Amino acid sequence: MFAYIVKRLISGFLVVTLVSMAVFALFWYGPSSPAKPICDREQGVRCIPERLVAYEKSLGYDNPIYTEYGKFVKGIFVGREIAFRTDVYQCDAPCLGLSYNTKQPVTHELVSRLPATISVAVGGAFLYLLLGVPIGVAAARRRGSVADKALVSSFLFLSSIPYYLFALLTWLYLTVLWEAPVVSDVGYFSPFSDGPLKWFGGLFLAWVALGIFGCTQYTRYTRGAMVEALSEDYIRTAKAKGLPARTVVYRHGLRAALVPVVTIFGIDFGSLLAGTIFTERIFEIQGIGYWSLQAVGNKDLPVVAATTLFSAVMLIFSNLIVDVVYSFLDPRVRLS
Amino acid sequence: MTQDPNAEAQIAPSEVGANAADTGERQTTGPVDGAVGVQEDGYSDHEVAVASNFEGHTASRLDPDAEPVLEVENLKMYFPVKSSGLLRRTIGHVQAVDGISFQVPRGGSLGLVGESGCGKSTTGRLITRLYDPTGGSMMFEGKDLAQISQREMKPYRRDVQMIFQDPYTSLNPRHTVGAIVGAPLSVHKIVPKNKILGRVQELLEVVGLNPEHYNRYPNEFSGGQRQRIGIARALTLNPKLLVADEPVSALDVSIQAQVVNLLQDLQKEFDIAFLFIAHDLAIVRHFCPEVAVMYLGKIVEIADRETLYSHSHHPYTQALISAVPDVKQAAIGGRRERIRLEGDVPSPINPPSGCRFRTRCSYAQEICARVEPPLLQIGWRHKVACHFAGELGAHPATPVTTELLGVDDQGTPTGTAATPLMTGPGYEPEWYDLKTKQLTSA
Amino acid sequence: MTSTVPSSTPGSDSTIGRTEGPILVVEDLTVTFPTEDGPVSAVQGLSYSVEMGKTLGIVGESGSGKSVSSMAVLGLHDAKSSQITGSIRIDGTEVVGLSENRFRKLRGNTVSMIFQDALAALHPFYKIGAQLAEAYQVHHPNASDRDARRKAIEMLDRVGIPQPDSRVDDFPHQFSGGMRQRAMIAMGLINDPSLLIADEPTTALDVTVQAQILDLLQDLQREFNSAVIIITHDLGVIAEMADDVLVMYAGRCVEYGTTKEILTHPEMPYTWGLLSSIPDISASTDARLIPIPGNPPSLFSPPTGCAFHPRCGFKDKVPGRLCYDKMPELATGSGRVEHLKRCHLANPDAIYRAEVLPEIAPDLVEEIR
Repeated sequence: MFAYIVKRLISGFLVVTLVSMAVFALFWYGPSSPAKPICDREQGVRCIPERLVAYEKSLGYDNPIYTEYGKFVKGIFVGREIAFRTDVYQCDAPCLGLSYNTKQPVTHELVSRLPATISVAVGGAFLYLLLGVPIGVAAARRRGSVADKALVSSFLFLSSIPYYLFALLTWLYLTVLWEAPVVSDVGYFSPFSDGPLKWFGGLFLAWVALGIFGCTQYTRYTRGAMVEALSEDYIRTAKAKGLPARTVVYRHGLRAALVPVVTIFGIDFGSLLAGTIFTERIFEIQGIGYWSLQAVGNKDLPVVAATTLFSAVMLIFSNLIVDVVYSFLDPRVRLS
Repeated sequence: MTQDPNAEAQIAPSEVGANAADTGERQTTGPVDGAVGVQEDGYSDHEVAVASNFEGHTASRLDPDAEPVLEVENLKMYFPVKSSGLLRRTIGHVQAVDGISFQVPRGGSLGLVGESGCGKSTTGRLITRLYDPTGGSMMFEGKDLAQISQREMKPYRRDVQMIFQDPYTSLNPRHTVGAIVGAPLSVHKIVPKNKILGRVQELLEVVGLNPEHYNRYPNEFSGGQRQRIGIARALTLNPKLLVADEPVSALDVSIQAQVVNLLQDLQKEFDIAFLFIAHDLAIVRHFCPEVAVMYLGKIVEIADRETLYSHSHHPYTQALISAVPDVKQAAIGGRRERIRLEGDVPSPINPPSGCRFRTRCSYAQEICARVEPPLLQIGWRHKVACHFAGELGAHPATPVTTELLGVDDQGTPTGTAATPLMTGPGYEPEWYDLKTKQLTSA
Repeated sequence: MTSTVPSSTPGSDSTIGRTEGPILVVEDLTVTFPTEDGPVSAVQGLSYSVEMGKTLGIVGESGSGKSVSSMAVLGLHDAKSSQITGSIRIDGTEVVGLSENRFRKLRGNTVSMIFQDALAALHPFYKIGAQLAEAYQVHHPNASDRDARRKAIEMLDRVGIPQPDSRVDDFPHQFSGGMRQRAMIAMGLINDPSLLIADEPTTALDVTVQAQILDLLQDLQREFNSAVIIITHDLGVIAEMADDVLVMYAGRCVEYGTTKEILTHPEMPYTWGLLSSIPDISASTDARLIPIPGNPPSLFSPPTGCAFHPRCGFKDKVPGRLCYDKMPELATGSGRVEHLKRCHLANPDAIYRAEVLPEIAPDLVEEIR
């Protein structure tokens, strides 16, 4: 088991390295000079070729790509100095570059936005399971009934709405039309330490939108996995032992059905952690997703690169966790 | 899988379609003369004629002068076992097949029996080169199939065909029966494209299916009919040797006999040699005039049918045969005494030293752990690998192999030279007589 | 439709304090499943009984209803998707229409069942011992976890699992096929049931393992004096295990009697077909296999008249179109022991001796008198 985790960590590290190279190369070989956005940003003056060359020189874009990639990697581990023409900034490890916009280290901002994203992700993911799994189990037990068919088709309808539209409608209904209490009419992020109610109020809308939309999928997964599990021979054995129906369904059926659901959940949770762009944008929550969207708009290349890399790390990491958890859930994997 | 406990009933719809369609077609022709009458299934008149005609359907006879079509010598297949650690080193080998030798006579059948994990299926897959053997030779038509590359193997694939156990998974569900049966013809470019259909229909007829059903899909056929499709595919290229790996064990009992009879008829008609691999000793006895028994990767006994089933000399063969329930004897009250084998087959990764059966053998002594018994010819067509070879209830008290091997009763070398043993795949005119401990001939 | 049921001589001295009479009586059982193509009757008009200490073999091909009928005895069919009529009495208690809660108390307790393919029938995620203990505790609510575990180890030991106190913590996939089936049997017997139903208990196993399991079942039956129903397609298993045998075809009983009677004086051409289509380990090698032509019928569109007539080679010996038009009643055979058969043939025993037996077992013609 330990060897397996180490092996997965090594391969995960390799993938992260490849992703970082790809992101680096993407901007390096882009259609315009990677220094152009920051040159354009200078107030009041047009970016004339001479100034652009100066920026390129100070940012090292005149060096070969591998030298600069080397500096970038070194920055992550030991930090480095970054010059915007004449101004030199210190960027401590782990350095992911400086924002063109604020000239602040990207890492600082990433860390400051992390609590918001984690809060959205945890709440949303919690609702995925809290709603999706019980509804899925109930539907599987009544497979083929009118209630099951109605549920399956209505959830199919829900999940075929584009998510951003769904989120906007949720916002519209809950705040503008219904004026739900506690919930503010725009979302915001207030740290948990500043009072749980405030934290809850600001994120509630985002959670509801994410949770309801996501739970339709989890209902489908759970229902499918449960239907399959309930048709297994060991369920018949459990019934033949004289176990009560509840025990048969939950201890024998759900225990087996949860394995694939947990697998999908782990990956979904990873992508939630990587940032929920629509949710954060629509509900005005200053998380990583919103930030990356702004960075694209601002042509803030270091931020775009950092958020992309961060997403990749989150996904790879969640995949690793899923595989480890999976082997704990299924003794056939663990003991072979 | 279906959730409904009525799984049995749920198989039906596809058959309903097939049957209904057939009945429609068939009823126009009216009841066929003879025993069967209206056909509700997809069999052609040929099959009905065969089924009602009790001639034929006999096992091929043992022809001692027949040339071997396949000669396997010292065949080995070791599968590497990797460690679970970081580097996945090879930490051992599954000795699935460990030095077996046998012959399949032209137009004859050799049965290969044994329990799961004994290596019988691996042997079949080696002969068709689905696996590359670790060692040994497989002489076929003067060519060693073990040595040649997969590319050089291609012409021989025409001559050596395989029938698989599971008629449900061995046919591609997205191809029509015509495509499945005709594929070998187009792959090997034997028949011009426009002649393929004719040949396919001919083959379907031969295996007792309606030749007009060439454009149907496998799921429209029942298990027995699918196995016929698999047989037709194997026959497409006029093979000289058919490796049949458990060809009937997935079928309903009443259907098994149909397929066994079909195989026997085909064998006669086309002079095909069979390597018949099965765990069902009664079926093998019925089909094969010669039978080899495998245990943990080795042949422990090989003999003609009468000798093997009535005068076996190996304790494992005896236990195996005694374990088979016997309907007719039990019915008249003559229940035979069963030999109980304790425990399970040991791991082929670390097989027991010496004789591999010794851990479960009630006759085993010191020598069995120390010296591996050779597969010794002890009769006209009878070889056995046991230090205490003897008929049931008449196993000798002292090892019979000591003089040949140059060891004492405990297996310690005595210093006397071992007699060179006959270990080839065939039989010698002279053999080692257990009573006289001398070479004898007929 | 209720016919007299042959009962083997009740000479077995049942020492358990039970009243007389069979432990299981099934009368006119019909199991119907509604499907999109209309209702399918998987079992129709089935009647049989089993005494304590005796073994009934139910033999038939896939789709014959042999498993469906036995699952009805245990109440394993979903009440919503199946319709069961007739009567099933377990130790005098009528269970058709019994409430789920009361039925549940019989399952695994008075009647238990072991299944084919123990790898699939045991839960892959729970330890063998935990699965056994669960079966014990559900019917012994006062038993502590430690008691249940001790009981599980004791049962594993009883069925011949080596080192039961360490193997109890293994998962099913760590057992060999034979050991899994033993564990399954241990689970079936943990509450000392009066009736054990074994559904194809040895089908996926090798012959030597099959022999071990059959021996074990016989030993345990002697020890527990329970009644056993063994469901199989293998007449060899029936011949070795069963006192009585019931042959099913297309959801109905077609022949029923003592094993010796049925195997020596079968009176229904389907039973003849079963006997003649399997090779025998000791028969003459010149004996030919005579297959039953065609396939088992579809339950969606069962043949008219006798369900076996499309595959029957003897229907021209019955006058007129009786076999095509009229389902034969289950009637007493011509044998000396009580024997039921469903066939229009007037003198089946004579036909069997004159035409079938010489083909399939010429060596036995003289022996079977």
